[in-house]
Amino acid sequence: MAGIASRRLAKELKEIHTQGCPVGIQLLSADNFEEWHLSLEVMGDSQYQGEVFALKFRFEPQYPISAPAVQFMVTDKYKSPVHPHVYSNGHICASILGTEWSPVLSVIGVCVTLQSMLASCKKKERPPDNDRYVRHAPDNPKQTRFHYHDDTV
Amino acid sequence: MDMEVFDSDFKVPGKEKKKSYEVDAESLSQAQVERLMSVDVDHIRGIFGVDAPVASLLLRYMNWNKERLIEKYMDDPTAINVDAGISAADEEPKVSRAASTTGPTRTTRSGKLSKVKSPSPKRDEPFVCPICFDDTQTETLALSCTHTFCASCWNAYVTGKIREEGEHWIRCMAEGCSLVAPDPFIQQALGDDTATWSRFQELLVRHFVSCNKNLKFCPYPNCTYTVSCPAAATKSSLSTIVPTVTCGAGPDHKFCFGCSVESDHRPVVCAVASMWLKKCHDDSETANWIKSNTKECTKCQSTIEKNGGCNHMTCKKCKHEFCWVCMGPWTEHGTAWYSCNRYDEKASQDARDSQSKSRASLERYLHYYNRWANHEQSAKLSMDLYKKTEQKMEEMQITSELTWIEVQFMKKAVDEVFKCRMTLKWTYAMAYYLERGNPKELFEDNQRDLEKAVEDLSELLEQAIEPAEIATLRQKVTDKTVYVQKRNEIMLEDTANGFLEGRWTWNATVEGFE
Ligand SMILES: [Zn+2]
Ligand SMILES: [Zn+2]
Ligand SMILES: [Zn+2]
Ligand SMILES: [Zn+2]
Repeated sequence: MAGIASRRLAKELKEIHTQGCPVGIQLLSADNFEEWHLSLEVMGDSQYQGEVFALKFRFEPQYPISAPAVQFMVTDKYKSPVHPHVYSNGHICASILGTEWSPVLSVIGVCVTLQSMLASCKKKERPPDNDRYVRHAPDNPKQTRFHYHDDTV
Repeated sequence: MDMEVFDSDFKVPGKEKKKSYEVDAESLSQAQVERLMSVDVDHIRGIFGVDAPVASLLLRYMNWNKERLIEKYMDDPTAINVDAGISAADEEPKVSRAASTTGPTRTTRSGKLSKVKSPSPKRDEPFVCPICFDDTQTETLALSCTHTFCASCWNAYVTGKIREEGEHWIRCMAEGCSLVAPDPFIQQALGDDTATWSRFQELLVRHFVSCNKNLKFCPYPNCTYTVSCPAAATKSSLSTIVPTVTCGAGPDHKFCFGCSVESDHRPVVCAVASMWLKKCHDDSETANWIKSNTKECTKCQSTIEKNGGCNHMTCKKCKHEFCWVCMGPWTEHGTAWYSCNRYDEKASQDARDSQSKSRASLERYLHYYNRWANHEQSAKLSMDLYKKTEQKMEEMQITSELTWIEVQFMKKAVDEVFKCRMTLKWTYAMAYYLERGNPKELFEDNQRDLEKAVEDLSELLEQAIEPAEIATLRQKVTDKTVYVQKRNEIMLEDTANGFLEGRWTWNATVEGFE
């Protein structure tokens, strides 16, 4: 199965270059088949008007059979969105990144899902277990077994 | 080797009868468990008129609870077929967030990607797998939902689920599709990878075992045996028995059916054993200093290192003899044996203010912990003793007329010392929580007798061997081994009987004894 991730990511990259990204999503960097960065903005009326976030994707050689590790970047430039499913360290509690991952999903597909997750947010707040989680969280969110706060995302 | 002749030297009368500290258990091979599973599968097949893979999925979905399954199936067969991943729900196909291969990606109003049709290959164009985008793949597979992917993607996916995630409930790769792959599909997707297929079958057995309270999978690495122990299936049974069992792989695969605290924590019940370990863990910092392997001679203060299992220490420098556990002179132990095991509760009774009270309670804890840790330490050191003993046994063969079988008494003695130290270790955990009174005193009498016998034998084993005295030594060691065995039997049997009779009361709240 060598090369499945690179073949698939090359194909996704080609699509992004030829067809462009959906509104509010932009490719920041995709220099290799291990880590990509994309920016994310919620269009229209929402709690996050004017805020721009960045997502970090990390891929294993078995991608897309295995889910990518996805998190919001927390840097000088980017903040983690205040959302009941997003921890302050950028980790995201969303079942499609874990048990509900399907190899049919793509990088852009994940971005769009997270975009709509933010768009539908009614109240900006952190997950109730934020402090405890962030204190003990592993570097890679894939090593966390999340109990999904609600399984619609 | 004719071990039976030699074993009969050590036989304690009445060995054939089941002891009160033993529990009835049966070891089952993987094939035997699979037979139990297929009985259930056949039963469901017969009632519902479905094929075996479907019956298996239904049972697995219901955690092998046949009664609940039948009830639910009678109630609404369509609903349970959907829930168990056998057939798709009859609803509008879900909006897919899949990567599009057929047209420009558009966002719909909900922010999701436009719907992608199930990729059903048309005759005129080559099939492009929507996962790997490899158009050279000719072999494809799909569940009854007809979500088609190439065989090599299916293979990678199924292999990953089984190998990496230990998963037997493997859903279709299409997003949002909840169909589950039945066994023949798994086998087909794995192709000639028989190793992963047998891992899958082992996962099915493990799931079945985990759903059955009478069964436990042997916890030893790579072991595939299951143990059946109905006597220990309920939580309440664990307040009267300590279900130490072994699987068919042999006596080394010993484990507790009731907990994972330690493979054999007899004579103390699971709840007390785990309470004790938790306490030791919580108090480990205060207690750590005693665990250390070195101490100072009470007389000349030179450092003494413990290197054998015996507690009778002699300072190399000043020849002072003392007990490693209580640091008191050994002479006191030789005559008025062995008050070393009993904590003097009077000291804590006399404590008045809270500071001295808490000091007294720490001292009390350390009394038990010290002895508990010492037996554990000594048991570990028994491994060294084992090696030394083997050398001695070889020596003996050279310097005496004894055959290899005839020198086995040394090995047997080391085995027994190890076993009894494990018993002693847990008796200290038990004594810490035992309510003061007559039963506890009798318990500690038994403990003291066993401890003295073990220390005697242990000391004998560490003596240098004089060729002229081998015959005497053999007799002595054999006699003492039999005696130690007998004391251990009494300790285990009486404690187990106490649990059955409800004789033990605790100075703390113990789960199952409220
Ligand atoms: Zn494929
Ligand atoms: Zn499907
Ligand atoms: Zn085993
Ligand atoms: Zn136990």
